[in-house]
Amino acid sequence: MTYRHDVGTRRWVFADLRELMAKATPPRSGDMLAGIAAGSAEENVAAKICLADVPLKRFLTEVLIPYETDEVTRLIIDTHDAVAFAPISHMTVGDFRNFLLSDAATPSVLAKLAPGITPEMAAAVSKLMRNQDLILIAKKCPVVTKFRNTIGLPGTLAVRLQPNHPTDDPAGVAASILDGLLYGCGDAVIGLNPASDSLPVLSDLLKLLDGIIERFEIPTQACVLTHVTTSIELINRGVPIDLVFQSVAGTEAANQSFGVNLAVLQEGMEAARSLKRGTIGDNVMYFETGQGSALSANAHHGVDQQTCEARAYAVCRPFEPLLVNTVVGFIGPEYLYDGKQIIRAGLEDHFCGKLMGLPLGCDVCYTNHAEADQDDMDTLLTLLATAGLTYVMGIPGADDVMLNYQSTSFHDSLYIRDLLGLKRAPEFEAWLQRMNITGADGRILNHDASHALLGMMPHLAA
Amino acid sequence: MSKHVVTDFWAGLSRSTPARIALGRAGSGLPTQQVLDFSMAHAQARDAVHTPFDGDGVEAAIRDLGFTTFRVASAAPDRSTYLRRPDYGRRLSDSSRVALEVAAHGPVDLALVVADGLSSTAIHTQAPLFLAALKPWIVEAGWSTGPVVIAEQARVALGDEVGEVMKARAVLLLVGERPGLSSPDSLGLYLTHTPRVGRNDGERNCISNVRAEGLAHHLAAFKLVWLLREALTRGLTGVQLKDESDMLLVDGIPPVPRLAGA
Repeated sequence: MTYRHDVGTRRWVFADLRELMAKATPPRSGDMLAGIAAGSAEENVAAKICLADVPLKRFLTEVLIPYETDEVTRLIIDTHDAVAFAPISHMTVGDFRNFLLSDAATPSVLAKLAPGITPEMAAAVSKLMRNQDLILIAKKCPVVTKFRNTIGLPGTLAVRLQPNHPTDDPAGVAASILDGLLYGCGDAVIGLNPASDSLPVLSDLLKLLDGIIERFEIPTQACVLTHVTTSIELINRGVPIDLVFQSVAGTEAANQSFGVNLAVLQEGMEAARSLKRGTIGDNVMYFETGQGSALSANAHHGVDQQTCEARAYAVCRPFEPLLVNTVVGFIGPEYLYDGKQIIRAGLEDHFCGKLMGLPLGCDVCYTNHAEADQDDMDTLLTLLATAGLTYVMGIPGADDVMLNYQSTSFHDSLYIRDLLGLKRAPEFEAWLQRMNITGADGRILNHDASHALLGMMPHLAA
Repeated sequence: MSKHVVTDFWAGLSRSTPARIALGRAGSGLPTQQVLDFSMAHAQARDAVHTPFDGDGVEAAIRDLGFTTFRVASAAPDRSTYLRRPDYGRRLSDSSRVALEVAAHGPVDLALVVADGLSSTAIHTQAPLFLAALKPWIVEAGWSTGPVVIAEQARVALGDEVGEVMKARAVLLLVGERPGLSSPDSLGLYLTHTPRVGRNDGERNCISNVRAEGLAHHLAAFKLVWLLREALTRGLTGVQLKDESDMLLVDGIPPVPRLAGA
């Protein structure tokens, strides 16, 4: 159906819900590239005004991507929890925003609602929100997951230790791991992006990570971020795998370009769970997403990139992931042009994911051809941490020497803990103290060369 | 060293990785020197993206190697548009296409394209050095090339249109790669058999990180020639063509072309 709004003598008309959503989105380069963005500031706001009056129920009947041709739409519709949805089923998008901000929307109320909230509903309400709304409401949606430690408790922020090396050199990877652990990082996961996709190399890297975790009894998990089918193959060969990784997007066609579908993700989850390597939980999946991936694969169906991103969280949801990571600024300025767009997108992604009940972390990052710098990352990191972000990246000096982009550093995690009093996952926090890496207050102690962790690589010590 | 900076005893491990480990700290923050070092690296990477392409200088350097040249521009009129609209950077401007159609005498075995991409610094530094390493192999194989096409505000897929117009069996595009903080001048090589507008990246072979500190020019040239021979023999590039040139290396050193110095 069409949507319309009059401003003076000017009538703004939007052909369908898909167009309305795209035109109501805060400005970003990817939607302009796709040719679906609002043509003027007034059209943008007119679309928001129309969107505010759309009943939430409409999203269950007017789908943005056809049910018949897209398995993500089928997943969203077929698994929608009508009972959970009932308390908000009478609301419009605009009233939904009011409700979310109200005192009635407590953390326990919101947790019960999550299975009734479709990605399109989350995306729609986010489009009416200012940054402060996105922060405050996300803060009311803690999501706790477990494998060998407890991630997502209120008052905590975890860190993925990302020890990438341009040639996967084991000693180089181990050096970055040591650096990160001694800076108190690694509770979310020790997660390596390999340069290689050769099975023997990946197998050696997984054994390296597993060996370090086992030797020092670190209450954390390892992941080598390779294709889900590769992880399944490695599991079949008896290689120790804690978490199965996969990049996912919000449309069937985009996932196809990643070489995955819902069935193969299910297979990956079952393979990882069959190993029973988690000690306190079986959240075994690690997903990465990012606005623009559907457009980049020419698989966006005219849907704006923020809505496509929220649909990616619907893809993650049935697989009960330990971690979901929006890699917000990685894709480049043709999708998120500058620091302002990256910051807004990071807050939207975190909000939508948390509202839908997912453990959203954020790779607060940018590339060198975007109009952004480390100051923008400081801003987004600070905002997301106040919003209850699940985890961030920890990369030596914030410079990923394999993927060629800048993210957040081990030091950045210390900054945000100092500023906001955020703790690590409790099991990991206790381990750091046992290892004399941190004191009872969680602050880093001064170390010397006798530290036990250096046993990781004695032949390389200074 | 400032008395307010805590140094890290594991600094010796830096030998094993280019990652920025053992930076030390001032409280929970980076020491001043590390903040400034990072800023300089970022400035160099930013400049690599935005430094105007010195087409005249690159053309002169390539002509000095004995190649003829032809200058074209993409459909992106300026850097800002180029960054927002990758689709423009993948196509020739109308006037460049017409001019190339007039000038092209085709068919050729290999079309050579030098594209500024996301780092004009990489092209200024690496393109002449790489072409110098490649040329003796081209001479030895007797491949026809036509002029080296020098393209401004160009992305990888622009090579498809150039190769199509030149009726090339394959196109090799040299492109300035997205600059990393520690590698602002890295060259990428993309080889595409039967170039046609609309080819996708799965139909290309890529050799990345060509620079003195990465993959050396002579080694990159050797790998490229290996791929090109295979591509011309098998009639394809892309995911079905795996780089097995390493098997011909002896202690990591490639053989030299018989006509080295030609």
